[in-house]
Amino acid sequence: MNVTRRSILKGAGGVVALSVAVAAGLLKPTRVLAAWNEAGFNATSLADALSAIGASGAVPSPGIAINAPDIAENGAVVPVDVVVNLPDVESIAIFGEKNAYPLVGQYNLNDFAGFLSMRIKMRETSNVRALVEAGGKRYTATKEVKVTVGGCGG
Amino acid sequence: MRLRAGNGEIRVLITHPSENGLRKDGSGKLIPAHFIKFITVAVNGKTVLEGNWGGGVSKDPFLAFKVKNMKAGDKVSVNVEDNTGEKGSVEEAAR
Repeated sequence: MNVTRRSILKGAGGVVALSVAVAAGLLKPTRVLAAWNEAGFNATSLADALSAIGASGAVPSPGIAINAPDIAENGAVVPVDVVVNLPDVESIAIFGEKNAYPLVGQYNLNDFAGFLSMRIKMRETSNVRALVEAGGKRYTATKEVKVTVGGCGG
Repeated sequence: MRLRAGNGEIRVLITHPSENGLRKDGSGKLIPAHFIKFITVAVNGKTVLEGNWGGGVSKDPFLAFKVKNMKAGDKVSVNVEDNTGEKGSVEEAAR
């Protein structure tokens, strides 16, 4: 009787421990983008960066607006908002076109609701470019930012 | 790392040098690259954003974005990893 009871308790304890471990695993999404796009981030021209992330041939779209300052006095901190009015957005990439390394950030998105903002460095006056994948198609938009003092060093 | 979530928007501010490897220090020596490469944001365990960053992200990186269907009380978590393998994470309930 006692032995049976004990083994049942032990068994139950094992199940509890297992479910706690699973829950802990689910709460810690340590999985990140499979690989950092070495070729894309190390590309030193916009054309190379676009082709490295498979984004050549994107079409300009009025469904993307880039909100950034017309003039950035400090190129080290340029706020860039991307407002997307397109259905089924899957990814967004942001470029400082004349930066030493034009690709700044790349995002895969789920349940995206049309707004993404970050702060980027800009070496000199140039376009900020956003590339958006939506519904399996690629779209792009640009906004020129005049940079007074470059923010990339070098 | 600071995280705020509410009204469908998630905002993350990370204290990090975000050095691109191109800047020189006072004595003219290059400062080694030190920047965040990976950022992942999940709501109730479901990944809503997987990001890759380069050294062109400003010092003390800031990211904000809007997601559909986020409710008050939803658990929002952020995980980051930089090019030296250093990791950080934060979790907050949405307001």
